[in-house]
Amino acid sequence: MTASEGTRPLLEVDNLKVTFSTRRGLVEAVRGVSLSLQPGEMLGLVGESGSGKSVTGFAITHLLDKAGRITGGQIRFKGQDITRAGGADLRSLHGAAMAMIFQNPRAALNPIRIVGQQVADAILAHRRLSRQEALDEALQLLRAVQIRDPERRMSAYPHELSGGMCQRVMIAVAISCNPSLLIADEPTTGLDVTTQKVVMDLLARIATDRGMATILITHDLGLAARYCARVVVMEQGRLVEEAEPLTLFHRPQHPYTRRLVAASPTATSRIEDLVPDGERIPLVEITELPPPPHGTPLLLDVKTIAKRFDDGTLGVADFSMSMRGGESVGLVGESGSGKSTTSRMICRLIDPSEGEILFDGQAIGQIPARDFHRSELRKDIQIVFQDPNDSLNPRYTAFDCIAHPLLRLMNMRAGDALRQRVEECADRVGLPRELLQRFPHQLSGGQKARVGIARAIACRPRLLVLDEPTAALDVSVQAVVLQLLNKLRRQDNLAFLFVSHDLNVVRMMCDRTIVLRTGVIVEQGESRALFANPQTDYTRALVDAVPHIAPPAALATA
Amino acid sequence: MSTIETSSTLRHTAFVLRGNPVTAVAAGGALLLALIAIFAPWLAPYDPIASEVSVALQPPSAAHWAGTDQLGRDVLSRLIVASRLDLTIAVTAVAVSFALGSVIGALCGYSGGRLDKAVGRFVDVLMAFPLFVLAMAMVAALGNRVENIVIATAIINLPFYIRFARAEVNIRRNLGWVEAARACGESHVAVVLRFLLPNVLPAMAVQMSLNLGWAILNAAGLSFIGLGVKPPTPEWGIMVAEGARFISTGRWWLVAFPGFALMFAVLCFNLLGDGLRDILDPRMRT
Repeated sequence: MTASEGTRPLLEVDNLKVTFSTRRGLVEAVRGVSLSLQPGEMLGLVGESGSGKSVTGFAITHLLDKAGRITGGQIRFKGQDITRAGGADLRSLHGAAMAMIFQNPRAALNPIRIVGQQVADAILAHRRLSRQEALDEALQLLRAVQIRDPERRMSAYPHELSGGMCQRVMIAVAISCNPSLLIADEPTTGLDVTTQKVVMDLLARIATDRGMATILITHDLGLAARYCARVVVMEQGRLVEEAEPLTLFHRPQHPYTRRLVAASPTATSRIEDLVPDGERIPLVEITELPPPPHGTPLLLDVKTIAKRFDDGTLGVADFSMSMRGGESVGLVGESGSGKSTTSRMICRLIDPSEGEILFDGQAIGQIPARDFHRSELRKDIQIVFQDPNDSLNPRYTAFDCIAHPLLRLMNMRAGDALRQRVEECADRVGLPRELLQRFPHQLSGGQKARVGIARAIACRPRLLVLDEPTAALDVSVQAVVLQLLNKLRRQDNLAFLFVSHDLNVVRMMCDRTIVLRTGVIVEQGESRALFANPQTDYTRALVDAVPHIAPPAALATA
Repeated sequence: MSTIETSSTLRHTAFVLRGNPVTAVAAGGALLLALIAIFAPWLAPYDPIASEVSVALQPPSAAHWAGTDQLGRDVLSRLIVASRLDLTIAVTAVAVSFALGSVIGALCGYSGGRLDKAVGRFVDVLMAFPLFVLAMAMVAALGNRVENIVIATAIINLPFYIRFARAEVNIRRNLGWVEAARACGESHVAVVLRFLLPNVLPAMAVQMSLNLGWAILNAAGLSFIGLGVKPPTPEWGIMVAEGARFISTGRWWLVAFPGFALMFAVLCFNLLGDGLRDILDPRMRT
């Protein structure tokens, strides 16, 4: 159990192959992955969706679902072959020897049981203790994962805790039987950056204190670089590169790793750097527009709007901002900061409780959101939604989605003119025309994102509200989408209101940035200056929490 | 595009049915019932209401496959002709409650607020009554006519559709594509009726299929206790009610065959429900 077993690896995976049987036949999700893990080591397993990183994790812990099968290779845990372990072996393996932390802590916890009981259950499943002893130990564990006021939290239900708190409870469950191997599958995806930092710091400390080996499965290179001594990169079920993080990020060997590293935004990267030379979208020459003649109204002028919800809580208070045509403004903040509410008020999908919104000099805040669809200005303010998976009507083809605003807002009729216009939009966002007849579920995430953007720009709006447009995308896809947005913006002199929690992306995309916290503006200014030299503690905490890849200078000294 | 669409739908249906033989059997049974109902007058070997006392109460034979009743009427002919009435009542009642319930439920689920609360409490009150007793009361008050059986059956089914549509719309109302439709210039009402409802249909179809079986039972039940269709009209519930008098004297065929017809119809529609969801959901296609 102790780390004294020294040189022998804790876990050896040798040429692992996993196959899933699907409707279209057998699919090889993992095609010969070999890796080894020393006791107490933290290994980063990095890859994009579909790379097989999670499947590898599930195969090691024997949690593959029914359709998946290990078809080749060997998994040795402490020298013992566990590839085909079953029954009692498996039960003692689960929890006691290896434990897993899942992506969505809320879904992994039982919603109708208090968390103290759930931690105690995990203890009782593997050890002979009395109920009271288990509860006492659960309390100790909650203390160990730094849950404030653990005596009281013991009897809290998962929905009464924040996402970060739930993940800490999951960690407590996972470490309850002192496993020697912990597999964390995207443990902080979906959490705010500041929460992510706290949870990851905690996880790293617990792993070190208890001598636990950890496999951190993540799509975030920066996160892996910050916490892992060694990182392996997976692509399409294969392991393509394995190195120390600094070497990996500054001297990537494999072309895929190189692409991935380039696509990961850092504190200094520019939009143009995100995609390797060959695939770069040629930048449109920025023709410096002459300053608008004096007296031209601002494109958007928001005056002290507020949103009070039905239950009386204040979502947004006293929010003011203004934008000129073609300008790009970022709106950042953690979840619950009111950034989505604000963007929807400006987009006139919901009504502000107070204040005024002027668009092009016209008071659009006066028109109730319920009637705004009839306004002349509806087509001028469009929105791109967060998750491409649920931003397209499942019963509409890509063509129907893009044609929808043209039919409704431009009064076009079905026919050749419409088809041409839709195809032109598809071309502009780089969506192959033959995909236009497909339904959303037949498109990849990146393709769906393109359809969403094509729909938003179809009517040539003047203001585009982007609500976390790349949050659900892989970094390499995000890189291409960001470039695309940047190009479209310059071509059409489009103004962007870019809502995001990803500070690196906002810094690249936006001229100015507004930082929101619990519905109130805490700081605003020119993006570069704001992030280089934050004036408030809150902004500083946000900036510091972003896991960056260390600049190349660090490599020289390393 | 429509031809591609149709052929892919057919292919998808074929695929689902291959994977679910039970659904295929149930669909076959439902289709058989529908065909029998449509062609009933031509299929029935005898006149279902012509009595012929000389052959009364005969067990199943080559001339009368399902025997004859106390008035000498051919049970098989009555069964066949009765399928028409029973299916019509069930289908109409389900269609009415689906049309009303889904629209009301969808509007409630989307708007929330006062409308939702008011309708929700009304539904609670409706469901607090024993539903069959409620149907009895309505038919008794409105009169023993086919339309009133349909209305009563539709009303007691309504709460299920309202609740179902409400829940399904409610979980979708904040999805990106719903807001996107509004940004594309659709009004709230259009979003509910033209965007949300079609997306909820696959789930509702399952409910409808299960409900059809239930509505048949309900109509037959009303007739059984004398509140539905009046004799001598052939109807499964009446046939069971009339036959029940003779069961103690060993004339089993009078209740067994209509009972079997009821069971077969209910079973078919219930089993069909599950398979329908897979067929109608576009996401299940590849």
